[in-house]
Amino acid sequence: MARPVQYNIYGQTDVKLVKEGPEGLMGEGFFGTALDKVVGLARKNSIWPLPFATSCCGIEFMATMGAHYDLARFGSERVGFSPRQCDLLMVMGTIAKKMAPVVKQVYLQMAEPRWVLAMGACASSGGIFDTYSVLQGIDQIIPVDVYVPGCPPRPEAVIDGIIKIQELVGNESLRRRNSDKYKQLMESYGIQ
Amino acid sequence: MALTNEYIKQRLTEKFGDQVQGFLEPYGMLTFEAPKENNLKVLQFLYDEDDLSFRFMTDLQAVHYPDVKGHELAVVYHLHSLTANVRIRFKVFTDIQTPDVYSATALFSAANWMERETYDFYGVNFVGHPNLKRILNVDEMDYFPMRKEFPLEEQTRVDKDDDMFGR
Repeated sequence: MARPVQYNIYGQTDVKLVKEGPEGLMGEGFFGTALDKVVGLARKNSIWPLPFATSCCGIEFMATMGAHYDLARFGSERVGFSPRQCDLLMVMGTIAKKMAPVVKQVYLQMAEPRWVLAMGACASSGGIFDTYSVLQGIDQIIPVDVYVPGCPPRPEAVIDGIIKIQELVGNESLRRRNSDKYKQLMESYGIQ
Repeated sequence: MALTNEYIKQRLTEKFGDQVQGFLEPYGMLTFEAPKENNLKVLQFLYDEDDLSFRFMTDLQAVHYPDVKGHELAVVYHLHSLTANVRIRFKVFTDIQTPDVYSATALFSAANWMERETYDFYGVNFVGHPNLKRILNVDEMDYFPMRKEFPLEEQTRVDKDDDMFGR
């Protein structure tokens, strides 16, 4: 062994292992803060993704979920394949025009609050497959929150996308899903 | 006695006379063509004869030749004889205005989906096919993408820069 490894380094370094929590009023045995912040904190650290893996990006996602680039440390330990139980729809891979109604159906079956991550070039814009049979980007059918470019994106890039989703989830207002602006967004996609 | 291309050619010309023509051997694989009315007869003959026994159809597809008027669509069958390990290619040509070809589904079950794909992409109407509808493309599509007159690229994009694509 080249150098001795020390595991319990809490307090001995100036790198914080855990980010600070939300601001609030701290006292002896209580902590008062806004409900938005607490709910956001809870949601963002336990996002359950639905891997809608169609092609090569799906393989990269498998690598991201593996032990080396572990995605489970961000709270995504349980990936569900049922849209009824998931928060984040990760569309990974080329979506053909024949598959588009299926993606829309899966999105419609998810319960609010729901987020969508388009991974890879094909899901974001059709990628190199600019042809009659490929849907040129899933944002033609469903609203997308984060796009991760790449062909395929490195696992680090996918983790960066998940961190951005976490920021969106943590800062989202509890009233957003009932607001007029959100309703207009859904109308523009033809979703009631 | 090994099955050679000359022997197959001889048997075919004995049975069908001058209906089978265009004998070529690109890369050693015997290729010939016949009028489209006889395609099932030729396939049946190659299937039934014990010394020929081409009982495995490995591929069925089409080619579009827009310059040859009257014979624009070619339906190509690739056959393989398992006992003799010999492959041949059989083509039938058809007009693009009336692209009707008899379906080989009764003889080879593999032809079922392959003919659906050929219909989907080239518009060849296989007479006698049990379920001729689009298999890989969207059902509402009203054109046949692999014909040469249709563009490869998606036409609804507005954000493509012409000079980056050499136009």
